[in-house]
Amino acid sequence: MREQEKPNPVDISQLREKLQSKSGSEYWRSLEQAADTPEFKTWVQHEFPNEPELWNRGTTRRDFLQLMGSMIALAGLAGCTRQPDEKIIPYVKQPEDLVPGRPLYFATSFAQNGFARGILVESHMGRPTKIEGNPAHPDSLGAADILTQSSVLDLYDPDRSKTTTDSGMVSTWTAFAAAAGRRLELQKFKEGEGLRVLTGTVVSPTLASQLQNVLKVFPKAKWIQYSAVNRDNAREGAIRFFGQDYAARYHVSLADVILTLDSDFINAGPGSMRYARDFADRRRARGGKIISGKMNRLYAVESSPTITGTSADHRLALASFRIEGFLMALASRLGVPVKADESNFSEEEKRWLNAVAKDLKSRKGRSLIVAGDSQSPAVHALAHALNRELGNAGKTVVYTDPIEPVSQDQTAAIRVLAADLAAGKVDDLFLLGVNPVYDAPRDLNFGEKMLRAGFRAHLGLYEDETARLCQWHVAAAHYLESWGDARAFDGTVGIIQPIIHPLYEGKTPIDVAAILEGRPGVSSYQIVKDYWKSQTTAGQNWDKNLHDGVIAATAFEEKNPSPAAAPNFKPSPRPADGAGVEVNFRPDPNIGTGETANNAWLQELPKAITRVTWDNIIAVSPKTAEKFGITKKDSDQIESAGRFAHSAIIRIEFDGRSIEGPAWIVPGHAEDSVTVYLGYGRTHSGHIANGIGYDAFALRASTAANFTTGAKVSRTGKYASVASTQDHGSMEDRHLIREATADDYAHHPEFAQHLVHDPKPNETLFKPGEHLKGENQWGMSIDLNTCIGCGACTIACQSENNIPVVGKKNVLNGREMHWIRVDRYFEGSDLDAPRIVHQPVPCMQCENAPCEPVCPVGATSHSDEGLNDMVYNRCVGTRYCANNCPYKVRRFNFYNFVDDAPSLKLMRNPDVTVRTRGVMEKCTYCVQRINLARIDAKKEDRPIRDGEIVTACQQTCPTQAINFGNIKDPSSAVARDKADSLNYGILTDLGTRPRTTYLARLRNPNPELESKAAEAAQHV
Amino acid sequence: MSNSHDKHHEPQPPVLTGQHTYGSLSDKVASIPLDPKHSKGWIFGFLIAFSLFGLLHMAIGWVFFKGVGVWGITNPVGWGFDIINFVWWVGIGHAGTFISAILFLVKQQWRTSINRFAEAMTLFAVACAGLFPLLHMGRPWRAWWVFPYPNTMGLWPNFHSPLIWDVFAISTYATVSALFWYVGLIPDLATMRDKATFKPVKMIYAMLSMGWRGAASHWERHQMAYLLLAGMSTPLVLSVHTVVSFDFAMSLIPGWHTTVFPPYFVAGAIFSGFAMVLTLLIPIRKFYNLKDMITDKHIDNMAKITLATGWMVFYGYIIEAFMAWYSGNQFEGFMMLNRMSGPYAPFYWALILCNGIIPQLLWFKRVRLNMLFIWLISIVVNIGMWLERFVIIVTSLHRDFVPSAWDIYTPTKWDWATFLGTIGLFLTLIFLFIRVLPMVAGFEMKELLHHRKKHQ
Repeated sequence: MREQEKPNPVDISQLREKLQSKSGSEYWRSLEQAADTPEFKTWVQHEFPNEPELWNRGTTRRDFLQLMGSMIALAGLAGCTRQPDEKIIPYVKQPEDLVPGRPLYFATSFAQNGFARGILVESHMGRPTKIEGNPAHPDSLGAADILTQSSVLDLYDPDRSKTTTDSGMVSTWTAFAAAAGRRLELQKFKEGEGLRVLTGTVVSPTLASQLQNVLKVFPKAKWIQYSAVNRDNAREGAIRFFGQDYAARYHVSLADVILTLDSDFINAGPGSMRYARDFADRRRARGGKIISGKMNRLYAVESSPTITGTSADHRLALASFRIEGFLMALASRLGVPVKADESNFSEEEKRWLNAVAKDLKSRKGRSLIVAGDSQSPAVHALAHALNRELGNAGKTVVYTDPIEPVSQDQTAAIRVLAADLAAGKVDDLFLLGVNPVYDAPRDLNFGEKMLRAGFRAHLGLYEDETARLCQWHVAAAHYLESWGDARAFDGTVGIIQPIIHPLYEGKTPIDVAAILEGRPGVSSYQIVKDYWKSQTTAGQNWDKNLHDGVIAATAFEEKNPSPAAAPNFKPSPRPADGAGVEVNFRPDPNIGTGETANNAWLQELPKAITRVTWDNIIAVSPKTAEKFGITKKDSDQIESAGRFAHSAIIRIEFDGRSIEGPAWIVPGHAEDSVTVYLGYGRTHSGHIANGIGYDAFALRASTAANFTTGAKVSRTGKYASVASTQDHGSMEDRHLIREATADDYAHHPEFAQHLVHDPKPNETLFKPGEHLKGENQWGMSIDLNTCIGCGACTIACQSENNIPVVGKKNVLNGREMHWIRVDRYFEGSDLDAPRIVHQPVPCMQCENAPCEPVCPVGATSHSDEGLNDMVYNRCVGTRYCANNCPYKVRRFNFYNFVDDAPSLKLMRNPDVTVRTRGVMEKCTYCVQRINLARIDAKKEDRPIRDGEIVTACQQTCPTQAINFGNIKDPSSAVARDKADSLNYGILTDLGTRPRTTYLARLRNPNPELESKAAEAAQHV
Repeated sequence: MSNSHDKHHEPQPPVLTGQHTYGSLSDKVASIPLDPKHSKGWIFGFLIAFSLFGLLHMAIGWVFFKGVGVWGITNPVGWGFDIINFVWWVGIGHAGTFISAILFLVKQQWRTSINRFAEAMTLFAVACAGLFPLLHMGRPWRAWWVFPYPNTMGLWPNFHSPLIWDVFAISTYATVSALFWYVGLIPDLATMRDKATFKPVKMIYAMLSMGWRGAASHWERHQMAYLLLAGMSTPLVLSVHTVVSFDFAMSLIPGWHTTVFPPYFVAGAIFSGFAMVLTLLIPIRKFYNLKDMITDKHIDNMAKITLATGWMVFYGYIIEAFMAWYSGNQFEGFMMLNRMSGPYAPFYWALILCNGIIPQLLWFKRVRLNMLFIWLISIVVNIGMWLERFVIIVTSLHRDFVPSAWDIYTPTKWDWATFLGTIGLFLTLIFLFIRVLPMVAGFEMKELLHHRKKHQ
């Protein structure tokens, strides 16, 4: 036997010293407490002794004896812990609104980077299951984008942080409040000199007022806002032009000609949903005419293709740093007093400039220039100047006060904070819902400097990179568990109300701010309610505001600011010629800057342009890729290797830092420029996000947050496999997407039918579809003219129909499960400037469905209402139906893909079967919604009304591109679509008679720029 | 062979050589199963086969445990090795019945020394093939739903589905082939019973021979039953692979939806069946010194059939390519070009080489009589026929109508394990067969001897 280690006795003399050194009256309960031994710490801090870390740690014999000892000691105590009240009494009286089996909808708001998107939350017996847009909200109008919809998955994420921790040990909110209170007491003496609060962009009036209160209590404290993607440039641009910050808001529906500069304004950022709707409304066409009278024309100048760029009639790929020069040149043509250097523009670019200038000039007061947040302040200032010069100010673009209650230069603010931390000026750092260790500019070295603050408290949904380095971590409440508020892009206030009691011990920033304000214990509900009752008259009607989800008439009033006496159009410093490669930093199209990185729906949703899942890539143009030495062999592999898609890994070096990531060839990307996507390379997020992708933040500096030039790119000789859901970008002349210009359409409205010469239908004695005797015949139309390819339909479908995610390995194997996919094709003969088009493809519900006769067990059969039904119970999984589906919309459960984490079970839609392994599945036209409407109609003894059934994809579409209904009723919206000249089905020559049809796409090109494009169109 | 019709022709090489008597024939045929000692070669071969059979157990266990996702099948390519192997094995399972039934009916006497072995091979191949429809299902525990059994829900299988036709075709074929084989075995089992000296062995053969005493009435009934079964089997030889081809031809996938498929599949099946018989018989006849019963004449004849059916198959390839062009159908045309120049082009050209070009060597008599050459060619044909199914299934599915759904299929190690495992099952059964049953139909050989004597 080894020599037994001596137990650690309490050292009486040390203890005496220690007690004497303490000031004030301290109570000590036992000698152990006073001695503050680690054993005692664990003992007292763990309200719940079954702390898992103890068990995971390799246990020595000594630890084991200690544990046994403490277990015996605590076994007696556990009985003393007061268990929380849990009511499990069944309803004696059923609540008035609650009908089992019927969901309830509650209005609330989802704050995206602070800005509100109004939503309605579908709640089944108290469990939020799906998020839809709030029709009463100005930035939703009933639609919801991918981020908003997928946020319901975050609520149930098993990786969420579940409790308050103190130095990694389980603690309580009360303990945190007490600890923070003590620190704040001390700060009071210093007027808060050492107190810093770091938040994301705060667009919540209540929280802002609380934090402003904090600054009153602690005059020398600082409140810093920092979001990795922010509007610093827009703010600076407004200050340069107007002398103060204004927020620009667009009336897209009034604009005939729109020019965007590196702005994805119809897909990302505050207001994008509304802008997309307004944009699409100007393009919708039926009956040979554009419904709005005249189709708008969109010019997009951008470095990396975005949804806005692919929706544009003309798209010019220009490296980010050249866009400022482009706008200077345009401004000088349109009468803004700036001098432009056009020496480095190609002939084609000059032709573009002239054509756009002419077009904009011809639509004075009805044109619009939109500058992207990633562009320099000069670009924003010039955009303001141009909009003013063209008479757009006050018409297509209006100005309001900044929507954030306190607008800050965020990059500057965090730089100061980092300096203060480094100088040791910060004692107490409160981090509310932020993760600066990961997403602050890396040159600031925030993580290391942060450790200088003596007290670091973090509130967050996950125990992330920042939480790890903080003493205190408080589990944040998900917004579906929270009280709060937020303003939309136009200032309209949305109230955030909880739909479910917090699953864990989550707290909101408002709760933490209450501690800072010195009123701990006041509930966030009370704080929000009191705030609004004190603010506006509309705020008085609390119940109505909760019901509507928005507070009426809180939109900011439009202002008409006049330009500063001498607007500052000073160009940004230009890089020297041949200074290397430009690197663009963009938030990932799906997971943004990483805050939603652990969301599997977003990870598996193919990114709109690249169709890549589960990874971030480095986007490069074909020509630039060649320059990097990515040879034809590499690109062949990338083009056609499918599941083994090998992407060459390249290294980007800049300013002494470097990253490595897979190069992905994106036709239409600007030359000599690469785009890296933020949000990946997480180390402490959750099972989904950790360890995938590369960390683009590693290259991002506070001096060059959006793009930088002069980077060095080299091959590493390594390859990575990247899971893309679509390997083939060409339509191979199959006329799946049919397209014409608005002019052609006016002269030849039937072009979509005449583009393809379908063979005569087969001679048959049967009348087509005569076996379909149902009173309703379901059909769908998808308007490709307004579809922007955002992917919201895919997420809506995933949420509605309990569609599992399969993970990167299975996507590499081609086993993704999305029932509605959005195909992306490249068009035209120019590899470097292709047109990019999108096509959502759900099940076609063919009247003569090829999948049906081949099933050996009759698991898929036709309903008399024209639905191609799938009987999961009966399916044996031969996959013959999927093989025989010409549209390849059937999805097979190759494994048991269902994640059976208990929390995720709460999220499932109870109206839809969860499919098991070995079963085929596919789009059902949301048959559960059809049946719900059928029941209602039967009860009321009436036919189902047109528009009564809204499929999930249709409901959420920001541009209302999808119509669904009874095609037998000639007055239904879908029947009218089907009768329209734009209507066509795909692969109809196979005799499938698809029930899902498309409305052809229209473009409105500028004839002056069309010659080249027209040539390309010949190849469609 | 000394049929009176052959008088004017040059004398044919004999199908039975050596100085055999009835007794020596019986002895020779029965000596292999009754030899109490296992030869080293047999043990060696059996162990290899049996370990592959073990691999099959592992592969099946894993597929049942995890799901068919362990294979390389993807979304556009829903069938992979599972159905490739299924069709390949069914094809191999055609030679036996063809030799036994069709050649019997057309009185080709040279068939007698190889029919037993070919039939056994057929059964074992069908057994291997029969595994795959079960294995390939997503929910194999529901496999019985494909059978039409009365049930309270009034649910029937979908009789429109070619997969259901398959169920009937394959199960009928397996049943009739097994019966045909067994009926043919009975007189020889009786011989074994008589020759066996070890009691338990004797008892087993006695039970299997069902009381055969060699009475004239027995012979009469036996001959009639055999003839009837041959008659029943004959259409089955043609129908089984026709139905298997319907699995593809009834679909609308370019490359599958082809009217040439039924005859082309049947020819391909016989082609591959004969190739497999050659692959197995050449080493066995050498090893067990059966050259006097399985003569060069047999090998020559089988090589000729291989050449003939090979041309039918090759004609199918040519017609497929021609129709793809001649139809003017965009999808067919693309499919053919993709086969010839797409990612799987090496497979297509290897197929043409294996099934189209190399078998042309069989035009030369010297090749047909060179056992090494012909053995190698038979293996090439086996590979070629496997490639044919790979090309048909994978290249048609991986790029069909909608380009966005195109993907690449790559088999995983579990695909290979399943495939090699069924080869293990097949060889294990073959090894057991040659060890316990007379692989040459003794009584029919004696009949031959009788004819020979009569005409001498």
